[in-house]
Amino acid sequence: MSITLPDLPYGRDALEPYISARTLEFHHGKHHQAYVTNLVKLIAGTEMENMALEDIVRKCAGDTSKAGIFNNAAQVWNHTFYWNCMKKNGGGRPSGRLMKKIEDSFGGFDKFVEEMKNAAATQFGSGWAWLVLDGDRVGIEKTSNADNPLAHGRRALLTIDVWEHAYYLDYQNRRPDYIAAFFEKLVNWDYVESLM
Amino acid sequence: MNTRYTLPELPYAFNALEPYIDAKTMEIHHGKHHQAYVNNLNAALEKHPGLFETPLENLLGNLDSIPEDIRTVVRNNGGGHLNHSMFWKIIGPGMGGAPAGLLHDDLVRAFGSFENFVAEFEKAAAARFGSGWAWLSVDAQGKLVVHSTANQDSPLMEGLTPIFGLDVWEHAYYLSYQNRRADYIKAFWKVVDWNQVSANYTGALDAIKSGCEDAYSGPAFRKVS
Repeated sequence: MSITLPDLPYGRDALEPYISARTLEFHHGKHHQAYVTNLVKLIAGTEMENMALEDIVRKCAGDTSKAGIFNNAAQVWNHTFYWNCMKKNGGGRPSGRLMKKIEDSFGGFDKFVEEMKNAAATQFGSGWAWLVLDGDRVGIEKTSNADNPLAHGRRALLTIDVWEHAYYLDYQNRRPDYIAAFFEKLVNWDYVESLM
Repeated sequence: MNTRYTLPELPYAFNALEPYIDAKTMEIHHGKHHQAYVNNLNAALEKHPGLFETPLENLLGNLDSIPEDIRTVVRNNGGGHLNHSMFWKIIGPGMGGAPAGLLHDDLVRAFGSFENFVAEFEKAAAARFGSGWAWLSVDAQGKLVVHSTANQDSPLMEGLTPIFGLDVWEHAYYLSYQNRRADYIKAFWKVVDWNQVSANYTGALDAIKSGCEDAYSGPAFRKVS
């Protein structure tokens, strides 16, 4: 199975004005592409060459001798997941089973949003904030750089990228504004529910 | 409280480093990012105001001495304040070129040539995954070392005295260079103030020679307030 850059699930300008076409052009076309290119180079001729991306991430997690492969593999996976977590005219609230889980786990949807916004805002340096499935409940995590829930045996349901490259052209230092726009206008709850 | 930390003024105009570092980047980097580190550092130390009396360099050189409830905040924001305070001073308009005198000679001794040093520094800056800094530091024996740190971690945390650093957080270059970090690293050499770096080096060596445990009392840090 060869690793390639997946197409964005929407046009580059689909998330305007909350995430600009220029940001997506670099973020998908340069950053995501570079992780793919680096990974393909790093695994060429190794036992990982034909492994599934998720297996490469799990295999290299926590192995400092494979940090380069882990970083690139996890970033390929994280970005593909992130693109799917957004859509044009997104935002709003989930329904059904997921909404029930969120309410049970956090004591209300607004409390969940507040907590995940806080995780995303306080991740110091580059990283990600996540909603993860944790047994019967859902929980929030933040990870540094390329790290992700997959590497720790947990299932990701939703993510927001808080590397500065995700928002700097549009929001500069105002990370909280980007996070607010993500929740209010971009989250693709249909996708998140499909993962349950 | 008069011992609170304050944002140092930039010693040149926002647009002084164009075209290598653009004015908008400088304005946000200094006025927003650095200011936020200062504000967060002050807010954390307010919980233990006695720590305003301890030089920031000493706190970062001995993280265990910081109360646990504010340790990470001081590490991140104190580091951010110290790192940026040095950064503004080791760059300037109409600079670049190469160092002279003792620093030049010792760089050649340590790395084989100035060009080798540049290559090694560029490699450290490019290879730092995520946010961080590339450094030229002096170790406890007075030896020059190239290394990098994550996020706002200070070389002081590793017992090293920084004399020269390059910010490779994306906020340092994204508006002008986007994903092209390598181009930013190349451009950086055009704005390095080698006289200041030489002064930092002499200060670090003097501190080691005099047996001073605070090997970071050199000129690089004197103006941090």
